Amino acid sequence: MSKDVMADLKRDHIVKLLSKGVRVDGRKFDEIRPITIEKNYIMSAEGSARVHLGNTDVIVGVKLIVGQPFSDTPNKGVLTTNAELIPLASETFESGPPGRPAIELARVVDRGIREGQAVDMEKLCIEPEKEVWIMFVDIHALDYDGNLFDAANMAAMAALKSAIVPAKRADKGEDFPLPVTHEPISVTAVKIGEHILVDPTYDEEIVADARLTVATNEKGDLCAMQKGGEGSLTVDEVHKVVELSKRLGAEVRSKT
Amino acid sequence: MQRNDSSESTREIVVPGDLLADKGMKAGPGTYVEDGNIYASLLGIKSIRTNVVGVVPLSGQYVPIRGDMVIGKIVDMGASNWLVDINAAHPSPLHVNEVPWRVEFGETGRFMTIGDLVLLKVIAVDELGRVQISMKEHGLRKLAGGMVTDIAPAKVPRVIGRSGSMIQILKNLTGCRIHVGQNGRIWIDGDLENILIAVEAIKLIEKEAHSRGLTEKVKGLLEGASKRGE
Amino acid sequence: MGGTPLPEGIKLIDENGKRIDGRRPDELRPLSIEAGVLKRATGSAYLEWGNNKVMAAVYGPRECHPRHMQDPTRALVQCHYNMVSFSVDDRKRPGPDRRSQEISKITSEALTHVVFTEYFPRTSIDVYIEVLQANAGTRCAGLTAASVALADAGIPMRDLVASCAAGKVEDTMVLDLGKEEDNFGQADIPVGYIPRTNEIVLLQMDGDLTIDQFKTGLGMAVDACKKIYDVQRDALRRRYTVPAEADEDTGSAEVK
Repeated sequence: MSKDVMADLKRDHIVKLLSKGVRVDGRKFDEIRPITIEKNYIMSAEGSARVHLGNTDVIVGVKLIVGQPFSDTPNKGVLTTNAELIPLASETFESGPPGRPAIELARVVDRGIREGQAVDMEKLCIEPEKEVWIMFVDIHALDYDGNLFDAANMAAMAALKSAIVPAKRADKGEDFPLPVTHEPISVTAVKIGEHILVDPTYDEEIVADARLTVATNEKGDLCAMQKGGEGSLTVDEVHKVVELSKRLGAEVRSKT
Repeated sequence: MQRNDSSESTREIVVPGDLLADKGMKAGPGTYVEDGNIYASLLGIKSIRTNVVGVVPLSGQYVPIRGDMVIGKIVDMGASNWLVDINAAHPSPLHVNEVPWRVEFGETGRFMTIGDLVLLKVIAVDELGRVQISMKEHGLRKLAGGMVTDIAPAKVPRVIGRSGSMIQILKNLTGCRIHVGQNGRIWIDGDLENILIAVEAIKLIEKEAHSRGLTEKVKGLLEGASKRGE
Repeated sequence: MGGTPLPEGIKLIDENGKRIDGRRPDELRPLSIEAGVLKRATGSAYLEWGNNKVMAAVYGPRECHPRHMQDPTRALVQCHYNMVSFSVDDRKRPGPDRRSQEISKITSEALTHVVFTEYFPRTSIDVYIEVLQANAGTRCAGLTAASVALADAGIPMRDLVASCAAGKVEDTMVLDLGKEEDNFGQADIPVGYIPRTNEIVLLQMDGDLTIDQFKTGLGMAVDACKKIYDVQRDALRRRYTVPAEADEDTGSAEVK
């Protein structure tokens, strides 16, 4: 907690700098931190990726098992997204079952994958109404320096793209690559005072008034959004973030 | 223990359990004695000063020691004390007797309130790790304005430099007022451009704390920056 | 453990005395350790050992939670061992189970032995071990990594703890069981050991051993701990001996 004690002082400094057009780490307002993606990082997962977004470090593993479809989607596979904000990654995370921030993170990433139709779920049907592939996307934060949403989204997309459906092991025919058909990419921006900044660091995130995550697909259409924080955004600010997300999302997509 | 004067008698990096010396030497900070031999208890640089062998830590949290000047932030108030976060494991109470004003019972809030930054001194640490702090000495005060940057507490001696040489360079070349807390908090006040330059220099010192020629690098950065500004 | 019958046609030790992965009986799997890999933690270490991948992080000394655990005379070393859901072939349900609770307990005890806990009354030193990829021997890998992370966090310690297991496979004593050997072997002896002081701080055994076999196995594990100890010390030294120019590029120590 002792680091957050200084939050309001940090805020004064951050705001002063922003009024001069400068971010604490020297980035432009619309600049995303350096991204590194290591695919197939975990052997025991069907697909995986470790993503560094600046100092933020996230691993996503994809596991696929045979199970029953939901009765309203008898010919589609099932997606389950889970996030663990373990105390290894930050002194602000606590042990125990996922709390609200972890659940929000998992649901926002889930929405991007689901609504962005990242995976052709019909191809994950083995026998309608009886057997389908259940896809677990597990998000694991290792080092938290802000913007877990985008880091987790990128890691999830990269993990899905590297995943192989283990059909042979389950005696369901030959292995095949997970059918990834669309690539929704999220871009998160925060509002501090009157300024909009993308890809916030931890310090920027804790002093931010509001946050907006926007996921777009490769056509530039929208597939998921989430506003967070106690502050508000104007209509113009929302449009601005949408435009940023579309433009920057295309850059990020080329890296996953 | 003098922490500001980093003795550089060796460049040898030691890890816990390394044998530092046998009989004939005295055990300094960062060491322990077993069967008459002195071993390192910390990851750090072995230092020898006359007949005392010690370890200068390279990492770690802030651990208060009597005489430390620290920058604290008031996180709670009572009728006769303030509770101050000094970046240690526990917050410390600052009693009304330890401030330079006469404060009546229940009047603490009239002098300082939650969120205020204060420059303090650690006056005692007892065996149970309880810390007593004071604001009574000359120069200790409430810090208004300016900004605070955090560095790893183990790097503080490098920011201060031998007999205060590094901090003097920082002050002279940026024109900023700077207070360095042993607890890793550094308060800087001046105009914004100069604050930014000072922060950049401090981050450089933190990053390259144990590389050679640090003073020259810092001077280069500061002089380069002031030329850019002209 | 305890002699699950081997699948037909699989031999754990061949006629030349070589093990299923080609090792000699007293040979370790490749081990590498890197100290100081996480920014937010007070100290950290990343370890790869065979196909195990383990991250350890240390926070503190800090305020002790839960409060009633607080000891007025010393710090508590609280270790939390966790396997991530995708670290094993069959997805593991997230959260602590009885096995991980037990490992956390014995690891805390082993580490408490070397930490000068009396320097930090009323505090907690929190050690988080995350097994990212599991391939037999994760408790030893976790203890080995945690001990490096503690030193990296600047915690005063008497010494480092090294850890390794020995076991019995097809009636032969072998070092550092691999996954098949762990699954189909006859005994397993995880050991935590401080070479300089000749102290055993963690010891478990399960399976079926003669007293002579146990003596051989313990001797093998102890000898291996001496090698592992050197890798640990090397990882810590290298963290600070990289040239200033290559500061970002933290070196790692290896044995093959």
